[in-house]
Amino acid sequence: MAEAQTRQPILSVRDVKVEFQIKSDKGWPWSAPRSLKAVNGISFDLFEGETLGVVGESGCGKSTLARALLNLNPANAGSIRWMGQEMRGAPEAAWLSVRKDIQMIFQDPLASLNPRMTVAQIIAEPLRTHYPDMSHDEVMTKVRAIMGRVGLTAQQINRYPHEFSGGQCQRIGIARALILSPKLIVCDEPVSALDVSIQAQIVNLLKELQKEFGLALIFIAHDLAVVRHISHRIMVMYLGRAMEFAPKRALYEDPRHPYTQALLSAIPIPDPELERNKVIQLLQGDLPSPMNPPSGCVFRTRCPKAQERCAQTVPELQASGTGAQAACLRV
Amino acid sequence: MNLLEVKDLDVSFATQDSTVHAVNGLNFSLGKGQTLGIVGESGSGKSQTMLALMGLLARNGRASGQALYRGENLLTMPTDKLNRIRGDRMAMIFQDPMTSLNPYLTVERQMTEVLQFHKGQDRKTARAASVRMLDAVRIPEAAKRIAMYPHEFSGGMRQRVMIAMALLCEPEVLIADEPTTALDVTVQAQMLTLLRDLQRDFGTAIVLITHDLGVVAGLCDQVIVMYGGRVMEQGSAQQLFKAATHPYTLGLLQAVPRMDSDDESLLAIPGAPPNMAHPPQGCPFSPRCSFADAHCHTTRAPLQALAANEHHLRACHKDAAAIQTTPAQEAVHG
Repeated sequence: MAEAQTRQPILSVRDVKVEFQIKSDKGWPWSAPRSLKAVNGISFDLFEGETLGVVGESGCGKSTLARALLNLNPANAGSIRWMGQEMRGAPEAAWLSVRKDIQMIFQDPLASLNPRMTVAQIIAEPLRTHYPDMSHDEVMTKVRAIMGRVGLTAQQINRYPHEFSGGQCQRIGIARALILSPKLIVCDEPVSALDVSIQAQIVNLLKELQKEFGLALIFIAHDLAVVRHISHRIMVMYLGRAMEFAPKRALYEDPRHPYTQALLSAIPIPDPELERNKVIQLLQGDLPSPMNPPSGCVFRTRCPKAQERCAQTVPELQASGTGAQAACLRV
Repeated sequence: MNLLEVKDLDVSFATQDSTVHAVNGLNFSLGKGQTLGIVGESGSGKSQTMLALMGLLARNGRASGQALYRGENLLTMPTDKLNRIRGDRMAMIFQDPMTSLNPYLTVERQMTEVLQFHKGQDRKTARAASVRMLDAVRIPEAAKRIAMYPHEFSGGMRQRVMIAMALLCEPEVLIADEPTTALDVTVQAQMLTLLRDLQRDFGTAIVLITHDLGVVAGLCDQVIVMYGGRVMEQGSAQQLFKAATHPYTLGLLQAVPRMDSDDESLLAIPGAPPNMAHPPQGCPFSPRCSFADAHCHTTRAPLQALAANEHHLRACHKDAAAIQTTPAQEAVHG
């Protein structure tokens, strides 16, 4: 784990919390807003060239966490250290320089590109923002080089986003993230909107780019199967908290937390015999409201192993022999 | 007699520039209690097939061929007669539960409407039947919940309401268009178990449209693999998953990230699906196919039965055995 490593993490996140103030529609106009804890105490270290997978279902706070890492929504508590420098609460000017090193790829490939800009303008925009003095020729040389690298052709440089398919739009998004030579790219569900055959293209491209440029990636997904192919370590989130945090092999071979086990068993296997004979751990009911999360362990209302003590104590991540950490009293 | 018999179904759309042929020459039959899976990527024509059967094509769409429900052709049926069949004997579940439920009406109003129209029940009887159906799809406190509006339900619950609504008249054929795509995996598992139970209890025949091969593996007896508006391969689920004979089916199977394999790299299919306004001249898959030669690019292969098995059809010029034994292609990112 992190403690055993001698090298320094590039990103160090400690006990980060993100809250949103929600005005209740049932209360009086002047009654105090209630707070929704979208991310509730997440900690991790990220090293150079490493991929951290973050997995969870809708509403678990994984995208909010990603956005907090770039201050797109500010973290309310905890610490976010980038290259040893504390960034939480830092002024926007400080964030601006950090964003040369941390870039983001978004879920909806078409919606994240400005429809009125050409591919060249879209990919060049980070350069024009961060290096306003760079000459036009130099910018265009860089744009062409990066387009070639992500599998776009030079003829496409003056086209608009609507002329591209979903997979190609995602390549444009990757090129835009890559052009500043960042050290970390935060990928927020980059392949969930794509067809299976295209999904594999994008995952493979990201892996190659990581090797080539020594990139660190934070790869967010709701699907444990995709994450397996790209991540070194994986964090499983539920209602704003980390349920399990483990190296890839440990997580898939020996999942500790009941939620991870349920998630893994729910993924359909494309093989009729295996799929029909497997035992699915069906979770009962729906996700509780994040406005009013259960006491103790947030997963206990749907957990097949929940006991009375689970309602009283909030479990912390506990390390086990395999390097895996699970937040469960019953492990 | 089969419940549903589709013969040479074509669907085309007249656009300003040209005619787009979304579905070409589709054949299948479906018996009581069977499940047919239609698999393909976006734009393969899988949804248009089913919209054509339900008479729900866009205004510029035209369907030809035959779609026989108990011997009667749905495609040429007058609307008032079709209205008595769809929603009653044949029902459909759509992909997005939020946009297919009416946000202005309570769930009760939307559900009782179905029974009042098709079964002539009064509001009270219809309400009791609706509550029973919501119970059957495991909506907690159904009697209370039925008075709520769609936005008061979670995504998974809305999809369950949709399924309950489709099953109200105990249809013989249920068409499910990507019923679980918008849902989380754990909710998806709940939904699939539910469909399986309902099929067991009511003997419903299901047509499942999906791009998820895992879902197909768990639920379907027969599978049709579509690409570029045409059938690439068609056969039983067992055969198709064990011994796929079409390069596209094989490519799809290899591109799925799997939990039970430890391959580092995924095998992608290079390129992108064809633009249906200008489909390739030969085999629609030939521009992306690693086996394709000049012949494939100019001439389309007919859909033919395998010598070994007359129920396993494929549309490919290449020898099936050669495709199966060729080692998987290198990971590509073209």
